[in-house]
Amino acid sequence: MLFKYEVEGGNFSKAGFASGEIKKILKQINIDAKIIRRVVVALYEGEVNVVAHAVRGTVVADIDDKQIYIRIEDEGPGIKDIALAMKEGYSTASEKVREMGFGAGMGLANIKKNADWLNLSSKVGEGTVLEMKTFF
Amino acid sequence: MKVCDMMQQLDMKLFSGASGIEKEITGGYSSDLLSDVMGNAEEGQVWITLQTHKNIMAVASLKEVSAIVLVKNLQPEDDVREISNEEGIPILGTAMDAFTVAGKIYAMLK
Repeated sequence: MLFKYEVEGGNFSKAGFASGEIKKILKQINIDAKIIRRVVVALYEGEVNVVAHAVRGTVVADIDDKQIYIRIEDEGPGIKDIALAMKEGYSTASEKVREMGFGAGMGLANIKKNADWLNLSSKVGEGTVLEMKTFF
Repeated sequence: MKVCDMMQQLDMKLFSGASGIEKEITGGYSSDLLSDVMGNAEEGQVWITLQTHKNIMAVASLKEVSAIVLVKNLQPEDDVREISNEEGIPILGTAMDAFTVAGKIYAMLK
């Protein structure tokens, strides 16, 4: 099953829409609640990254009986140093974003912790692609 | 302890999400960093925070916390109350700061 959602850069009020929808779908197909929570934590953080840093993005989720594969692709500034971005506590978020309680440099670390497989690639000035898999 | 018991004993205000006040509280988590809550809060815990914007409901709902407690007389924005009602996750208010209210809830759960 393939699902697609749009994510709007800068619009925090819509952050969490895709994760909410995916949560409903996984519940309907009786995936274990702990696994659902891991998936949605990772996806929510991915959505927030697009909202906080990019112009726009898309979330594509592919669900079968063994796994969920999620691809979050955005048009945005990209990530110059991926290893540094993965480091807990490192963030380039704006002051406004930090005031909301985001941008503490925990997002990618949370994603890594909650996904079974992760791939992050980026082109500076073009955008970022985050792929992750969680096995059921 | 249920959400409504905590509400009564600590004289908290109920802003929204009344349908969830019978939920059982399994513990608590106090943090204003949303990623910290996403990473570390557990299902059924009451979440103590000073954040009042819409994203607290996304976090609360995805993590399935039992209730949100807003400290220092802070109030949720209108759109936040709406989602809280839809999701049945109560948003409560207290005049206490996070340290004090966390201490009281901790003692009640012991």
